[in-house]
Amino acid sequence: MAKHPTPLLDQLESGPWPSFVSDLKHAAEVRHKNPKGIELQIPEDVIDDLLGLLEMSYEDGTTHWKHGGIVGVFGYGGGVIGRYCDQPEKFPGVAHFHTVRVAQPSGLFYKAEYMEELCDLWDFRGSGMTNMHGSTGDIIWLGTTTPQLEEIFYELTHKHNQDLGGSGSNLRTPACCIGMSRCEFACMDAQHICHTFTNEYQDMLHRPQFPYKFKFKFDGCPNGCVASIARSDFSIIGTWKDDIKIDQAAVKAYVGGEIPPNAGAHAGRDWGKFDIQKEVIDLCPTKCMKYEGGKLTIETAECYRCMHCINVMPKALRVGDERGASILLGAKAPILDGAQMSSLLVPFIPCEDPYDEIKEVVELVWDWWMEEGKNRERLGETIKRLGFQKLLEVTNIKPMAQHVREPRTNPYIFWKEDEVPGGWSRDINEYRKLHQR
Amino acid sequence: MAFVSSGYNPDKPMEDRISDIGPRFYKEFLPPVLEKNYGKWVSHEILEPGLLVHEAESGDKVYTVRVGSARLISTELIREACAVAKQYCDGYLRWTTRNNIEFMTTSLESAKALKADLNSRKFDKGSYKFPVGGTGASVSNIVHTQGWIHCHTPATDASGTVKIIMDELFEEFTNMRMPAIVRVAVACCLNMCGACHCSDLAVVGFHRKPPIIDHEYLDNMCEIPLAIASCPTGALKPGKTELEGGKKVNTILVNNDRCMYCGNCYTMCPSLPLSDKEGDGVIIMVGGKVSNRISMPKFSKVAVAFIPNEPPRWPTLAKVCKKIIEVYAAEANKYERLGDWAERIGWESFFKKTELEFTHHLIDDFRDPAYFTWRQSTNFKF
Repeated sequence: MAKHPTPLLDQLESGPWPSFVSDLKHAAEVRHKNPKGIELQIPEDVIDDLLGLLEMSYEDGTTHWKHGGIVGVFGYGGGVIGRYCDQPEKFPGVAHFHTVRVAQPSGLFYKAEYMEELCDLWDFRGSGMTNMHGSTGDIIWLGTTTPQLEEIFYELTHKHNQDLGGSGSNLRTPACCIGMSRCEFACMDAQHICHTFTNEYQDMLHRPQFPYKFKFKFDGCPNGCVASIARSDFSIIGTWKDDIKIDQAAVKAYVGGEIPPNAGAHAGRDWGKFDIQKEVIDLCPTKCMKYEGGKLTIETAECYRCMHCINVMPKALRVGDERGASILLGAKAPILDGAQMSSLLVPFIPCEDPYDEIKEVVELVWDWWMEEGKNRERLGETIKRLGFQKLLEVTNIKPMAQHVREPRTNPYIFWKEDEVPGGWSRDINEYRKLHQR
Repeated sequence: MAFVSSGYNPDKPMEDRISDIGPRFYKEFLPPVLEKNYGKWVSHEILEPGLLVHEAESGDKVYTVRVGSARLISTELIREACAVAKQYCDGYLRWTTRNNIEFMTTSLESAKALKADLNSRKFDKGSYKFPVGGTGASVSNIVHTQGWIHCHTPATDASGTVKIIMDELFEEFTNMRMPAIVRVAVACCLNMCGACHCSDLAVVGFHRKPPIIDHEYLDNMCEIPLAIASCPTGALKPGKTELEGGKKVNTILVNNDRCMYCGNCYTMCPSLPLSDKEGDGVIIMVGGKVSNRISMPKFSKVAVAFIPNEPPRWPTLAKVCKKIIEVYAAEANKYERLGDWAERIGWESFFKKTELEFTHHLIDDFRDPAYFTWRQSTNFKF
């Protein structure tokens, strides 16, 4: 018998998509039965009260969670987010219901035994409810009480060799795509650089020292599966410089219909026979390809590596061998000043362990942003406020045509005094010798 | 429920303390076939919805079965996924950035059995636990935020809206009949933890009422200058007010006409709540993407300025989402993302075809970027 009736939430148990309500109810039931005899460290009916509180939100159309307040583990300013409900008398099980962010392994791979160990810990000291994963990538544990925080941290670090993630005005846990583990498009080792940066910058991850949050994301190629260009202050996207590698026999097999285009992604519908002219050559945004006499040619200098042809014919085309990364800066969601996409700062940079060239850019950008950024101002907003030129100046990067989509349309150009011969100080008396008052 | 210590000693917090060790090294968790062929994959193919094969230079193959999940999941469900992984995949599994779970095996036969097994697992009331799909030209899993389940600023629920949209579009998760990938996202407020600003179809929770001022507590709870500085439109100013009983207090005054209901002040000051049953609801945005493929990455655009919250099943929201997806699927060219299709036919045609009403709320009026969205041309469609 459920502790709180949930007539509204019950309506989310029908339909084919996995019902989080069914999952919550089942989890609540198992918690009561407690088949493993766990010495539960937070209330047994925590999930019942979570359901009851959510039902209340469904009735009155608003949230019942309050501001976090300051909770965390000793020495860290991030990784735990305080959460309290605003109806603690009715729902004492979730009166204190803090979030714990657990740093995720690059690429979100797990071994079942390890995942089960984490589940054991979370059943013992928390609610047993999780987000797999949070939007930034961490494993999110939803709901525990303050006295459990140090114990959770102690056990994570001592038994599971595992750290917390970031929150607040910190570096957020860096995230990457699946990278070289299982993707033929990866132009750089996204998982390795992500892991390296996460460890290198642990201090920034756990101790607030920035004007606001800062996110690294690593996409192995311009397909952008981890959305770095839209969601990270510092986007590193794998790319290449030389020729796309062509297997002409495989191209013919696509044309002949022996291999399904786009890796079979369109198999659910009859789109007709594959037409290389229509589906590849004509859709190429730079028109750098030709298919003549049964042979595909690409004018490399004109290609801007959008990935379409490679995506359509992955068995025939491969990214080139001279690989590295592009760095783009400043993406963010709309609050406060509107959404921003990352802007290109470094067109090409080597991306090899220990990634010193990239770290140098990172640290120059941080020095500047920590000095100039206002409270709660994302890097993209600082760049917008102070100008892209300033960013080039502080990173010692030479301006180039790749930096803009088009040159400026207004001629209100700022010059520095030392750029103008003779400087800005002039003598009015000298001037008056030629111009009467 | 006696308190059990794992070893932490509050009297000596620094004793044996381990910190800043970071996450576990990912290679510990790679299935052997992936570790062996790391960086040496040559191609892949989607054999059927939810079933991928990747081939390495060595000739090795790995088959992946992808399933959807609600993201908000219990340790019970994780344990069940782990049991499946132990049975079929030597105990290895992974999550995707869109909250799908992937199971990998080196045998096609085993992958097919895995797919059938996963599709057979259901909750008592009938919903799938591990629905197979989300590959290729489909509607993949929805990335989303916390909503009413655990966040302090939401204007809508996320788990519930995702459930109803995915129920509505379930066939499109398990099939690959879209013109291109359709990325759907739900964010329960304008903070957009869910990356709605660059999705093909995005639902954004939205407040429509300026904050209520809790005069009695405000000065004790908040730093007034910090809260005022947090307002992007300068709608807040310091002031004084007299409470019932004659007590004078320092507080914040709101210029309601300037408020854009972003909630940033509430994040800085809990005495400025703005959620409201009638005021809150969702915006629908369309046409964003993050990939550089064919066209540039682009932001989502507002297609519907407001849909009320209609819990538990948000019928209007579900209907509008389905309509947009259906019209796009019927009209767009192969490989054409939703935003590229809308740009090709023109936004005036987009509204006509989707039968969405174009209102004054859809004309940008926020700062400089607004100008760049107005039409400076006689090239338009009637």
